[in-house]
Amino acid sequence: MAQAPKFIGAPIKRRDDPRLIQGLAHYVDDFNPPGTLHMALARSPYGKANIRSVDVSKAAVAEGVVAVYTYEETKGIGPVPVGGLVPDAKVPVQPILADKQVLFAGEPVVAVIAETRYGASDAAALVEIDYEPLDAVVDLEAALEPGSPKVHDDYESNEAFVWGIAGGDVEAGLKEADVIVKEKMTNARVAPLALEPRGVLAHYLPGEDKMTLWTSTQVPHKVRTLVAGQIGMPENRMRVIAPEVGGGFGSKLNIYREEALAAFVTRELGVPIKWVESRSENFLTTIHGRGQVGEIEMGLKNDGTITAFRYNVLADCGAYYQLLTVAIFTLTGLMLPGPYKIANIEMNATGVFTNKVATDAYRGAGRPEATYILERMMDIAAVELGMDPVEIRRKNFPDKSEFPFSTSAGLSYDSGDYHLALDRALEAADYPAMRAEQEEARKDGRYLGIGFSTYVEICGMGPSAALGGQGWESARVRVEPTGKATVFSGASPHGQGQQTSFAQIVADGLGIDANDVTVVHGDTDVVPYGVGTFGSRGTVVGGSAVVYARDKVRAKMAKFAAMEFEADANDIEFEDGRVFVRSAPEKSAGFADVAMMAYSAIALPEDTEPGLEETHFFEPSNFTFPFGTHIVLTEVDPETGDVEILRYVAVDDVGNMINPLLVHGQIHGGIAQGTGQALEEEMLYGEGGQPLNASFMHYALPKANRLPRFELLHTTTPTDVNPLGAKGVGEAGTIGSTPAVVNAVIDALSPFGITHIDMPLRPERVWRAIAEKRA
Amino acid sequence: MEINISINGESRTFDVEPRTLLVHLLRDNAGLTGTHVACETSICGACTVLLDDKAVKSCTVLAAQAQGCEVTTIEGLANGDQLHPLQEQFWEKHGLQCGFCTPGMILTANQLIASNADPTDEEIRHGIEGNICRCTGYQNIVDAISAAAAQMRD
Repeated sequence: MAQAPKFIGAPIKRRDDPRLIQGLAHYVDDFNPPGTLHMALARSPYGKANIRSVDVSKAAVAEGVVAVYTYEETKGIGPVPVGGLVPDAKVPVQPILADKQVLFAGEPVVAVIAETRYGASDAAALVEIDYEPLDAVVDLEAALEPGSPKVHDDYESNEAFVWGIAGGDVEAGLKEADVIVKEKMTNARVAPLALEPRGVLAHYLPGEDKMTLWTSTQVPHKVRTLVAGQIGMPENRMRVIAPEVGGGFGSKLNIYREEALAAFVTRELGVPIKWVESRSENFLTTIHGRGQVGEIEMGLKNDGTITAFRYNVLADCGAYYQLLTVAIFTLTGLMLPGPYKIANIEMNATGVFTNKVATDAYRGAGRPEATYILERMMDIAAVELGMDPVEIRRKNFPDKSEFPFSTSAGLSYDSGDYHLALDRALEAADYPAMRAEQEEARKDGRYLGIGFSTYVEICGMGPSAALGGQGWESARVRVEPTGKATVFSGASPHGQGQQTSFAQIVADGLGIDANDVTVVHGDTDVVPYGVGTFGSRGTVVGGSAVVYARDKVRAKMAKFAAMEFEADANDIEFEDGRVFVRSAPEKSAGFADVAMMAYSAIALPEDTEPGLEETHFFEPSNFTFPFGTHIVLTEVDPETGDVEILRYVAVDDVGNMINPLLVHGQIHGGIAQGTGQALEEEMLYGEGGQPLNASFMHYALPKANRLPRFELLHTTTPTDVNPLGAKGVGEAGTIGSTPAVVNAVIDALSPFGITHIDMPLRPERVWRAIAEKRA
Repeated sequence: MEINISINGESRTFDVEPRTLLVHLLRDNAGLTGTHVACETSICGACTVLLDDKAVKSCTVLAAQAQGCEVTTIEGLANGDQLHPLQEQFWEKHGLQCGFCTPGMILTANQLIASNADPTDEEIRHGIEGNICRCTGYQNIVDAISAAAAQMRD
């Protein structure tokens, strides 16, 4: 566009908010078509058990019960879809309802359909299932010991897959090293915990042979294609709607048993079927994230130059895979070199089946794990070499002139200036003053620590070939006869705010007001086939599709205006609601008048159809690689082990920002989640495979009084991978924060000689580490 | 059982099972779906409403306990077209993303400001400790509440 952007880059308030702040939005559970029946599930209380018998007779005659389904009635439904596999992975079939065995606590066995929500729950409790509890597999390392109980009786062991990535020659790199540092580290299993639990409402109309499925998802088209396949229905007879979705964080980038089940049952009964997850079900059956235990070896020269980095890791898959379980671990391997020039890298991963719900994409999805181990090792190496944590990082950064930068993991980082982000953060934090404060505090017996994380992440998922398919995104832009514009996006935002940012993109290109642009998404009957919102791709890939569709419409409008003004279409300009000839501005018409020309079609430019509606499928040429530096100042109370974050400074470079207000919101939330993983969050299991903390009463997640004020700054290094120059921001905060917080705590504890504690750094764990050193 | 209750200023009568939770009466019987359920253990606060002007978690209050009481839900907070200062400031400060926690958060904040007209950031953070937001990291919520308190003092 010729004129300076008016809307792109402006911190515009969200257009989504009025309905949300007044309680007028509609999430899945807010829809109640007449005649809706409710589904409740009888679920396994055991990690692993044989099912001796299932007796539904009492449930079936309970008041208000309409139908009861077991494995027998539902075995025709296709298994839960699985993708993103690596060669030779064992792929267990996840049935919709369990048959002879249950393999994780929460696995559904019987579905009860009743007239009311309470009635369905009551009846599910009347189902009598005779279980024979079996030994469960909980610990990753024990799972691979000879003689371990097995998750799947028909596999030889609990090994799910073996996958590796290597660049350079790690053995040679280690030989070349002056020092080798080693550590074993855990990325604990954590729960995504979108505040709105999952839910599905399926309504089949027999007369029309048409189903509508409202579901709380990030990927409505994937749900349509795959669920339609599971129940044997042509996908064009199914309409999937992702209405207001109350957060996802990756957990709703999946196809779950209840979706297929509700779709199957509504087709059987011809009435709407609703299922809404309880929080305890959410802990038990919605995917978890992370779940890695590994050993790291890192070689360095005395001057801090990294010569080799190796990660041998066990990856917790759970009992069955969900959609992307295996693929997530491979992202860890791709990001192993992080923001450093490491010529020799290697990751050897062994996937392990456990009697738990599957792991899968959780905000960051594989990259936080890589960043965590790398950034922790940088600090461990710095201590070993007697270097400042800043200097060891600087020593290994590529210079900005080296971009696009090819890594030993086989990626090409699009653009970056890592030194600049670090400098900006050091300045904002006043690093020398921070160190002086730490020094002073230590004299008073107070333990302050400074933690760094200099990260790079892989975003804007991504070129289709690199993702194993579907890395593109779609958009359709329609200029209405009255000059209003409507965007139909294949992305499926669920809190990110693209109803506003996409309007900004279209408004600028067409020279109209952002309030005259409406953004529609999440309805497969209305928007073009789309991929969805995940992997920090909504704006980067979805927004780019909007740019191209907008420009196609603009070009078509220019033709109509050129015909009207007897000018060249290339000389037509759009600004402030006017369409005019650049070289003769007196030749001007209202934007709506030109729109009407295209719809009235009384006269048509040559080779031009009536109407103003254009679609674009954007295929990116590469991923994007946002980066930044986070600096955290903590204080640890040595008597209680409690950690307080005193300051949090973050410099994030996400390329060009469409709406800084929304960018900051994403970073705030990401930092909070990453800090939660560092300090509090972890799924705990008993020996039998039962979760021990499957409720908000027992699972600690960040509350307002445990978090600091975040000081956010930016550098701006655009990417040339997409027309917006945007790199994506959904996951940056999560990826940058976890190691920065842990590094700060370990730095605080350095007077005790502590060099590592595994996350989460709960007070007890910190206190024990101190007590051990004091003893 | 019959329950008489005033919801957002309107007297209403419902016939519900004795075990019905207030949140379910509001959502399923009164059709006010702005009040959300997100944990059923009274930790997350998404179901917060005002019961006789006191913020309560409606997932752990029986509808029967609200007999004869006045309930204010998020739908009743605005004055006609005029948004409540808390609603205005949550919008202004980008104090919400997915919006699921927002109704409860706003009603908790309403009680907080009623008892402390000029809360510090620390007091706000303590005051909303019983409401979980998984999206925002709370900072913009704190700013929104602070700004709303200032607006309400004027």
